[in-house]
Amino acid sequence: MLLDWAARLMSYFLLGLIRLLTGSQARWWGCPPKAEQRIYFANHQSHADLVMIWAALPRELRRGVRAVAARDYWTKTPFRQWLTTAVFNVIYVSRERHADEDPLEPLIEAMNAGDSLILFPEGTRGYADEPQAFKAGLYNLALRFPDVELVPAWINNVQRVMPKGEIVPVPVLCSVTFGVPIRLLPGEERQAFLQRTRAAVLALRDV
Amino acid sequence: MYKALKNLTATEQVGALFIIIFGLLMIAGVAVFMLSMRESEDAMAQQRRSSDNKNLSKLLKTSWVMIFVFWIAWISGDIGRLVLFGVGSFFALREFLTLSPTRHGDHRSLVLAFFGVLPFQYWLVGSEHFDLFTVFIPVYVFLALPVASALANDPQRFLERNAKLQWGIMVCIYGMSHVPALMLLDFPHYNNKSAFLMLFLVLVVQTCMVTQHLVNRRLYRHVVAPLISQSFNWRSWWVGMGVGSLLGALLAGITPFVPGQAFVMAFIACAAGSLGHLVMKALKRDRGIPIWRGEGRGVTGAGGMLDRIDSLCFAAPVFFHSVRWFFGL
Repeated sequence: MLLDWAARLMSYFLLGLIRLLTGSQARWWGCPPKAEQRIYFANHQSHADLVMIWAALPRELRRGVRAVAARDYWTKTPFRQWLTTAVFNVIYVSRERHADEDPLEPLIEAMNAGDSLILFPEGTRGYADEPQAFKAGLYNLALRFPDVELVPAWINNVQRVMPKGEIVPVPVLCSVTFGVPIRLLPGEERQAFLQRTRAAVLALRDV
Repeated sequence: MYKALKNLTATEQVGALFIIIFGLLMIAGVAVFMLSMRESEDAMAQQRRSSDNKNLSKLLKTSWVMIFVFWIAWISGDIGRLVLFGVGSFFALREFLTLSPTRHGDHRSLVLAFFGVLPFQYWLVGSEHFDLFTVFIPVYVFLALPVASALANDPQRFLERNAKLQWGIMVCIYGMSHVPALMLLDFPHYNNKSAFLMLFLVLVVQTCMVTQHLVNRRLYRHVVAPLISQSFNWRSWWVGMGVGSLLGALLAGITPFVPGQAFVMAFIACAAGSLGHLVMKALKRDRGIPIWRGEGRGVTGAGGMLDRIDSLCFAAPVFFHSVRWFFGL
C-alpha cells in the first residue's frame, strides 16, 4: 500500500521532471494514438529514452504499453528494480543467451495478455548519430503476431539532455515522433525486414 | 472618472488599470468573434477573411496570456515575481538552446548557465545589487562560460557554440531579468508605483508590435529584408512606433515622467523591442525555422515562448538603463 503510493508519487515526480527538462513532446505524425495492441520500436541513445517515450504517451495508454528493458542493467540495485517494476511496469529481457530458453518468452507472454510493447531493437545504446543494425527480436515478434501494428518512433535530442558520463541533466526540448505503422510482408526475408524497419525509424528524423 | 481614479491609492490604481485592460481585451474578443460569424459571397474573400481572423485571434490570445502573467506577477509579491520571471527565462533559454548546435563539450557550460547564472542573476535583482546586476553577465559570465567549454577539450566549432550560448543568455536571462528589475527602481515622490513602470513598458511595446502587424496586413509596402522577414517595412514600422510612443505619452500619468519624457522613453523602448524582434527573426531563419513554435510537423524545440517575449527581452534593458541614466538613479 505504502509502496503503491510511493510508486504513484514517483511517477508524477518523474513526469514533472521530464516535462520541465524536455517538454516531452509527442508528435503523432504517421498514426493517431490508439488503445489497440501495437509494438512501438525506437532508436536508443540514452537510458532516459525509456522515461521519455513513457512520458510522451497519453495517460490512458501508459498503463497498457510496457517497455522492454535489459534485466542486467535495470535490476542491478533494489531502487532500479523497484523503479522499473512498480513505476514503469517494464518487461525484463536477458541479454546473455542460455541455450535452453527463448529470450523473447516474457515478451510473448505479455503480448498474449494483451499489452503493447515498446522495443529498442538495437539491443543496446548507440552513440553514433544513426541507429545500429536492428536485432532479430523485432522480426521474430512480427512473425509470431502478424496482426499487430508495428509503429516506428524516433526519439530526438535525449542524448543532449544527459550525455554519457555526466550526472547533471540540462534542459533541452525533446520529442518523440511516431511514424506510419508497418507490417511484415508475406514471405519477407529477415534481413530485408530489419533493414526496412530501421530505415523507417531513421526516416522520422527529418519529418 | 479621471478624478476618481486619481484619488485611489496606488495599489487600487494598478488594480483598476488591470480591470480596464481586461475589459478592453474582452470587447476585442467579442468583436473578433462577431467578425468571424460574418459570411461572404465570394469564396476567395471568405478564405482571406478567415485567415485574417485566425491571425487576429492568435494575437488576442497572446495578449491575454501576457496581461494575465503580468497580473499574476503584480499580485504575487517580490519573491513570486522573481520566480515567475526566472521560470520564463528558463523556458525561453531552453527553447533557444535546443536549436543551437551544442555538443557534449558544452554540457558543463549549459549546467552553469541554467543552474548557476540564471538563479544568481535573479537573486541580484531581488537583493538590489544593481551595479553587479548590470555587469555580471556581460563581463563575468562572458569569460567564465568559454573557460568551462575550453576545459572540455573540444575545439570543433568552438566560437560558434560559445557565441550562441552567450547570445542566448544575454537575451533570455539578462534581457528578461530587467523587467522585474524595473519594479525595484526607487523614484523620488513615486511611492509603490513601480508596477506601473513595468506595465507601461509592456503595454507600449506590445501596442507598437500589434499596430505594426495590423498595418502590415492593410497596406503592402516595399519589404526591407525579404530574406529575413516577409513583412518588415519602414512605413509600418514608423506607424507602430508612432502609436506606441503616443500611447506612452498618454500613459504619462501613471509614470514618474512628464508626457514629453514618457513619449521619448516609449519611443526608445519600442525601437529596441521591434528591432530586436527583427533580429530574432534573422536568428530563426539561420536555424531554418519560420517561427519558434512548430505547428504539427514543426522542428523539435520550437515551443513558441520566444516569439512572444523576444521584443520585451530587447526593450527591457534599454528602457531600464535609459530611465536610470536619465533620472540619475
